[in-house]
Amino acid sequence: MSPSNAASKSPLTTYLQVAPLMLVLLLFFAVPVALVVVVSFFRYQMLVGIVPDFTFRNYIDLFSNPTTWTLYLSTVKFTLITLAITFVLGFWIAYFLVFHVRSLLIAIGLFLVCTVPFWTSNIIRMISWRPVLGTEGLINSALIKAGVIDQPLQWLLYSDFSVVVAYVHLFTLFMIVPIFNSMARIDKSLLEAAVDAGATRWGVVWNVVLPLCKTGIALGALFVVTLVMGDFFVVTVMSGGLSGSATSGIFNDLQFLNYPRAAANAVILLIVVLLIAAAIFRLVDVRKELVR
Amino acid sequence: MKKTDGLSAKKVTRRGVLKGGAAIAGATAITGFPTVWAQNLKDVTLVHTGMSYSTIVDIARQASQDLGFKVEMSVVDHPGLINRMVNDPKSIDIADMEIWQSKVAVPQGVLQGVEIAKIKNWGQLTPLYTEGTFAGKEASREGDSPFEFIYRENQDSNAFATGKTEWANFCPGVYNADTLGIRPDLTGREITSWADLFSPDFKGKAAIQNIPTNGIMDAMMAMEAAGELKFGDKGNPTQEELTKTIARLIELKKAKHFRALWNTFDESVNLMAAGEVVIQSMWSPAVTAVRTQGINCVYQPLKEGYRGWGNGLGLMAHLDGLKRDAAYEYLNWYNSGWVGGFIAKQGYYSSNPETAKAALTENERGFFYEGKAATADITSPTGEKTNSAGEVRDGGSYEERFSKVAVWNNLMDEAEFLYAKWNEFNAA
Repeated sequence: MSPSNAASKSPLTTYLQVAPLMLVLLLFFAVPVALVVVVSFFRYQMLVGIVPDFTFRNYIDLFSNPTTWTLYLSTVKFTLITLAITFVLGFWIAYFLVFHVRSLLIAIGLFLVCTVPFWTSNIIRMISWRPVLGTEGLINSALIKAGVIDQPLQWLLYSDFSVVVAYVHLFTLFMIVPIFNSMARIDKSLLEAAVDAGATRWGVVWNVVLPLCKTGIALGALFVVTLVMGDFFVVTVMSGGLSGSATSGIFNDLQFLNYPRAAANAVILLIVVLLIAAAIFRLVDVRKELVR
Repeated sequence: MKKTDGLSAKKVTRRGVLKGGAAIAGATAITGFPTVWAQNLKDVTLVHTGMSYSTIVDIARQASQDLGFKVEMSVVDHPGLINRMVNDPKSIDIADMEIWQSKVAVPQGVLQGVEIAKIKNWGQLTPLYTEGTFAGKEASREGDSPFEFIYRENQDSNAFATGKTEWANFCPGVYNADTLGIRPDLTGREITSWADLFSPDFKGKAAIQNIPTNGIMDAMMAMEAAGELKFGDKGNPTQEELTKTIARLIELKKAKHFRALWNTFDESVNLMAAGEVVIQSMWSPAVTAVRTQGINCVYQPLKEGYRGWGNGLGLMAHLDGLKRDAAYEYLNWYNSGWVGGFIAKQGYYSSNPETAKAALTENERGFFYEGKAATADITSPTGEKTNSAGEVRDGGSYEERFSKVAVWNNLMDEAEFLYAKWNEFNAA
């Protein structure tokens, strides 16, 4: 439907058309979030559970507790590291697929190969790193047998390193897909024009490809940020419980039915993620770029 | 997961009563088995919900076969069970709780009392639960011992009674005495004390369970054994004691003493089997699981004693009519032998040792309950070999082990403080 067409119709039709989606969003998104916000102001009483109230105690508890800050700091650290690595990998893989593979068929085939890991579940992809990185794992045995080291490297598994490895493995595809999508729409004659105008190969990437992929990068970054910030399972399993994330704080509160504080923590996390999303959209007007 | 419909069960009851009238009611009272209802009983489905170590599908299969109605198992983790019981109580029929979990569930009113008169072999059940004694002596009261929480005043009282009554909060389930698991081939020396969990000899090769209520117990046992701190009551530590214990845990974590903290049973098995860890908190079936892989793992008795725990099967408040009758039949079946024999092989004890022993072979009975050397290979519940002829069970006989329970798993008064502190340990 073209915009001019929509304008000619009565506003009622338009409202009716968006009504189903609106209802679904209201019922399954707005209402639950509103409930979480409400509960975050309730009071918690041990062995009783939640008591309706209006108190800022949960928020004060969280902000005044250094543990909250440590957990958020650790989450932000993992987010930034994962973002940087997945961006570099995602950008160059997409670049290779779009500009170096000449046959479209092969490009699509290779693109599908990127999705192969997704044929198994998240958990299996994660756990399968253990026999690779473990004390008696593939890498350690190989290095010891090759005489490179004589003690197994302990930092390979149950460390920040293994957490990042798992994140990168799990989430790089979320970076590849949107960047691939933006890149595929770049008119190749633009690149030729740039070269004709004397740009170096690197100059073309920096001045032409990168700016035109902004939307894809922004969307990819959004995926990775929300996935990493909302995760507690990968970090718990891969760090062997030695590292935490903002979400693991919420999980710990739930263990003991402390819903009010868990809700307050969820609200804080939601605000943080929304702020990051707003910042990303500020840098790139995704909507404008998408209808381009 | 399938939810069974409480309403339809109610309808069936009403119809059954209409059909048979008072005569059936009389028959029911005499046998305790509503035989005329047997036809309807087969439509009942009971959902048994609990943690992985006791909520085992083989038990459901055997129960369904023996009882004629369907029993389903639904596995959750510790916080999952409490959350489900409180927020979605109708999705559970039989709650397989740890004793300390009943401390949350009972005041919430999600359970109904178990009428002791309807449990046929109550008198045979272990006095650890029913009398608070073991082998004629009073059992440890440090922590939440089963006896303190098993009784309530009446069906709907939703509180704990101080002495023996006609109503129980739960029917005794499986229980055990826990200690540390070790890899004797890798520790390089003898392990005799809980203090060894914190010993610098095992830096980077130790693990502790990441379930706050249980993990803190292991930590307190270790600290007290090492002479670092004397606790007034390990079953109910003060804020100051908890602060000191967690500070020590954080110090150890920062010094990279712990290879990992484990959350689930299978994680503890993998840590041990892969040689990542040589000494750690462990549950008995995990030791069995490591041994079935042909790896030597010992559930090492320690001089300071064991950390005891027990489970109870609670009836959810929504059960009534036919479904409640089925639930009572299940509770009676649960303590009638088969389950006792099955779980003995993963290292647990049945609350009815008599029937459990009868369900085992003479060799198994000697090995698991009587502290005798095995006369032939011992197998796990699933049939893999765990011990050879001539071996004696770690810790000896049933009596020897349970007379050395030092403290029970518990939900301490300062639990909220503990959870906040444990969070700090996790984040450190």
